[in-house]
Amino acid sequence: MKDETIIRGQVHQDTIHDSAIKHVTGRADYTDDLAEPYGLLHAYLGLSQCAHGLITGMDFTETLAHPGVVGVLTAKDIPGVNDVSPNGKDDDPIFADGEVLFWGQPVFAVIAETRDGARRAAHKARITYDVLPHALDPLAARDAGMGYVTDPLTLKRGDADAGMAAAPHVIKGRFSIGGQDHFYLEGQIAMAVPGEDEDVTINVSTQHPSEVQHMVAHVLGCQNNAVVVNVRRMGGGFGGKETQMNLFSCVAAIAAKRWNRAVKIRPDRDDDMTATGKRHDFVVDYEVGFDDTGKIRAVRGDWYARCGFSADLSGPVTDRALFHCDNAYFYPDVRVSSHPMKTHTVSNTAFRGFGGPQGVIVAERMVEEIAYALGLDPLEVRKRNLYENGQLTPYHQEVNDQILPRIFEELEVSSDYHSRRQAVLDWNAKGGVIRKGIAITPVKFGISFTATWFNQAGALIHVYNDGSIALNHGGCEMGQGLNTKVAQVVAEAFQCDIGNIKITRTTTEKVPNTSATAASSGTDLNGMAALDAAEQIKARLVDFVAERWQQPKEEVRFVPGHIRAGDHEIPFREVIAAAYMARIHLSAAGFYKTPKIHWDRATGRGRPFYYYAYGAAVSEVSVDTLTGEYVIDRTDVIHDVGRSLNPAIDKGQVEGAFVQGAGWLTTEELWWDDKGRLRTHAPSTYKVPLASDRPRVFNVRLADWSEATERTIKRSKAVGEPPFMLGISVFEAINMAVASFSGYREHPRLDAPATPERVLLAIEKLRG
Amino acid sequence: MTPALRFLLNGRPVELTAVGASDTLLDFLRIDRRLTGTKEGCAEGDCGACTVLVGRLTDDGLVYEPVNACIRFLASCHGCHVVTVEHLRGPDGGLHPIQAAMVEYHGSQCGFCTPGIVMALYGLWMSNPDAGATDIETALQGNICRCTGYEPIVKAALAAGRAGGQAADALAVERELVAAKLRDMRGERVELSKGGERAIIPADVDDLAAVLEDEPKATIIAGATDVGLWVTKFMRDIFPAVFIGHLMKGKRVEGGEIRLGAGVTYSEAAALIGQHVPAAYDYWLRIGGWQVRNMGTIGANIANGSPIGDTPPLLIALGARIVLRKGNAWREVALEDFFIDYGKQDRAPGEFVEEVIIPTRPQARIAAYKISKRRDSDITAVAAGFCLSVENGIISGARVAFGGMAGIPKRAAGAEAALQGQPFARETFEVAARAVADDFTPLSDWRASADYRRTVAANLFRRFWLEQTETGLPVRLHEAVGA
Repeated sequence: MKDETIIRGQVHQDTIHDSAIKHVTGRADYTDDLAEPYGLLHAYLGLSQCAHGLITGMDFTETLAHPGVVGVLTAKDIPGVNDVSPNGKDDDPIFADGEVLFWGQPVFAVIAETRDGARRAAHKARITYDVLPHALDPLAARDAGMGYVTDPLTLKRGDADAGMAAAPHVIKGRFSIGGQDHFYLEGQIAMAVPGEDEDVTINVSTQHPSEVQHMVAHVLGCQNNAVVVNVRRMGGGFGGKETQMNLFSCVAAIAAKRWNRAVKIRPDRDDDMTATGKRHDFVVDYEVGFDDTGKIRAVRGDWYARCGFSADLSGPVTDRALFHCDNAYFYPDVRVSSHPMKTHTVSNTAFRGFGGPQGVIVAERMVEEIAYALGLDPLEVRKRNLYENGQLTPYHQEVNDQILPRIFEELEVSSDYHSRRQAVLDWNAKGGVIRKGIAITPVKFGISFTATWFNQAGALIHVYNDGSIALNHGGCEMGQGLNTKVAQVVAEAFQCDIGNIKITRTTTEKVPNTSATAASSGTDLNGMAALDAAEQIKARLVDFVAERWQQPKEEVRFVPGHIRAGDHEIPFREVIAAAYMARIHLSAAGFYKTPKIHWDRATGRGRPFYYYAYGAAVSEVSVDTLTGEYVIDRTDVIHDVGRSLNPAIDKGQVEGAFVQGAGWLTTEELWWDDKGRLRTHAPSTYKVPLASDRPRVFNVRLADWSEATERTIKRSKAVGEPPFMLGISVFEAINMAVASFSGYREHPRLDAPATPERVLLAIEKLRG
Repeated sequence: MTPALRFLLNGRPVELTAVGASDTLLDFLRIDRRLTGTKEGCAEGDCGACTVLVGRLTDDGLVYEPVNACIRFLASCHGCHVVTVEHLRGPDGGLHPIQAAMVEYHGSQCGFCTPGIVMALYGLWMSNPDAGATDIETALQGNICRCTGYEPIVKAALAAGRAGGQAADALAVERELVAAKLRDMRGERVELSKGGERAIIPADVDDLAAVLEDEPKATIIAGATDVGLWVTKFMRDIFPAVFIGHLMKGKRVEGGEIRLGAGVTYSEAAALIGQHVPAAYDYWLRIGGWQVRNMGTIGANIANGSPIGDTPPLLIALGARIVLRKGNAWREVALEDFFIDYGKQDRAPGEFVEEVIIPTRPQARIAAYKISKRRDSDITAVAAGFCLSVENGIISGARVAFGGMAGIPKRAAGAEAALQGQPFARETFEVAARAVADDFTPLSDWRASADYRRTVAANLFRRFWLEQTETGLPVRLHEAVGA
């Protein structure tokens, strides 16, 4: 029996990233590495130097005189519509037209023979403004009557007011939560190549090729079928390339059509960080009622978000903050509202977790507050409030796949939580300079786009007549290993070695109308679509083999490298060669849509999520109470990815998300000056974690016993976003170390990020 | 005088005549040579995606070090061997052990930072075959990975270290051959120009003195860790530019003083600092990231007059002096007197820093502190150098200097007075901690508020006391976590 041999790259196995060797040798091509078409021009954006104002003049005399400059584009040069809003609100101009709404808003673009020339020339433009008042943060915007960029949402279940009134204890607080820059290592970039008629081809670092296609058609005033968008890989996305590259793609496309030459646009890091959206900052007013045992009775809250000047994705982001305001806990009576505030800042956008983290962290804050108020271990309060299967979320979805009790149980043992917590308390009791904290925080994260129609995907598989396979799907590779995992699904289906499968670039020419590779959904959706395509071809092959080798269809099986028909075992290649000669169709387009989900925003009810992914982390920190600096001593994670398609890749996602989440809450600080300028716009000023910031001991384990209860791809679960929120354990551990100065009687209420400065000033306050 | 820039690129000779002062190595690699494995991530020397190795002749032979190609000027590569990721290979022509380990341990995700990380780890693997996790973290201070959380990268580096094979590595095997080629490239002054952007590479320090007599307004460029940003970030003209990174490399210890040529990099000085001022060694390894320490020089760190300054607070506390030269005239200045005001130093046109003299003060109690938002590779919010002499329990000499607290690195006069002549006791340091508040009026910015700077500055006096006293409890973070 040859079933004993296994193929390389089957599912549920560690398989290296399909580009790993290209990554380490520098041979993986990113958009800026592609061979440049002859005569390539470069575009560079000119950004506003005013947070809010009316443009009174634009003088490009010196810009146009700069050597190599071909021309300048402004709002009036856009052939179609001056808008790249992803939601049809028409509030997101490519170039400011008359009014600028944030410092750093694109006003024009310079086109020149070299990038350096375009960049220098852009800085020579003279734009003058009538400066108007600005409001930067959500509360200032509220006070200034700025209004919402999109409709707010309220979720409610039960009677929060009555529940609160009846609760034995009530705590109210305000929590300011900072945003976060994506700091994808590869910045925004697009290269447009003009074609005949209205055609244009865009090579771009994007998570959403179909949207780029639609946007470019929109601004050029042509049909979608004139635009082709390609992306082989991104050097990181994290949500920052879900909508933000639309503008760059459009500028390149407009210039390419206008001058009939290929045009590339790549902002420098400062402009990239200044002119593109980030994770939303929030100010949250929360109120929690609870009983003597720490059980939550009622929750009320208002989530004020810094959305920036336009809606972009702020609607679904602020919705998701509310969807996760419960994290893993049952709120008997609840009413929570979002306030997507318009501000004179860059329009904030998707970022790993998509508002979820800003909901989850408030749930954790409330739980911690309860524990401190009652003198309990916060873990106890957490456990007492965990959802039980059958309970309803604030959006009326029934939870029925709860596994956190088991995750907690295992984590408590594997991390030795209880004795380490005691050791931390004993350590702090000595009153030394270095204080410690330890916290265990869970995550329950809803998987699916809350915009139900996005939950669809397509794939295209060709089997060539030599038996090699070309795999294409609508998802984009940004480092998460999507292409590898989908290829494993196809390898498993055909029982052929993964090396036999060519993973090609994502292109709108092969799979149309795709959704963004976002919401952790890439593998769930595209894996299923690819499997559907594979199954179609397999079915044709089964019919063919059954007939050719005269066996019943039930006796035809795909085994490693072969197809078995009764006693015959024919190499896959031979079957394919024969099938081709027999005129069997060896190509198939697959499709998938997530079942069971529905969501009615008007009533705040539905089942927006197909399932939940779970996880928990314990982090212990040491804090230097003379400087506020800290170290993560140790982190233990158990995270649920269902039956992992590729444990090595999934573990990498968990580790990376954790560190990114910890960075959000510790050293990554966005800082605007009073003129509305973002002053932390490069790695010199915006501090993402380094190798020395990761936990000194870092034990990450997948909950290998978990299996998706729904029929997901091979019973795996999505992994991109959920573990991001495990970084909250670091934040709460720091809070505990600070709280040692008050005998843990009250939560120190650190705002996020807990920079050394915030930590020290909180300590000094408690020290008195 | 020769009109050509000569260096080796991945083992092959390059000779260029049209080179401008502000041409960067990264643009040369990516645009001119289409060596696209080297990436641009930030163009300011902070993310490491552009890391390449530069091999250069030193007193210890040919040394390869990771540097940031984005802020490294092409002209500064004269006589060097530039090695990019495309040149890396294993003994069998396949993957290098570092690359193989990065693949095996899943050390890449999006892959964009990966070539830079591979090059930094290659540099470490070559120079420290026994590198442990802490060494690896230090080597990666200048490399950002946004995907992996670093864990698999550190594991890969440890595995590559265990795999060994340094002696058989291509750069080791070819070392003598390459060194000979580089030696041939050295010699007379090089003058280059492109589009009117002149670049001058003096033959030696006397030649530098002569060049600066002729061009007193020239931009002097040593490691370019600051000037590089003038070009890449601010698009400033820097021509005519005089490249001095290869000059003034002398280092010796004499009469209890470390004498460093102004062109000695932080990395080159590290061992001497560790040996003679051990209390400052940890601090030293927190200056910039590794790539920056391999380029940045102590002389230029002083000469450019940053209000923070990585080395000046420590050096002022130690009582360092600098030797300034103009033509064939020399003068010695106490470092604290060199800094006059924000952006203003005691340096005449055409004058340059030639030597830095650092008293080692083996009997003194010394400490150096750096407070920043992020531990590594961050611009300092507050830097401090402490140097106290204690005799019979009395503080007989107190020198405490701060960076980030004023427009220049500056001594804390009031706090010093509070220490001077007082018992070496907790109360004395409490008084000094309160006194330092009146010594400075710090600014608030994105790195830190004035309030935080003041609070930390005061607390550093408390910290100094605790570190010098046996309390039975750890007072430093790394002691508390056993790292």
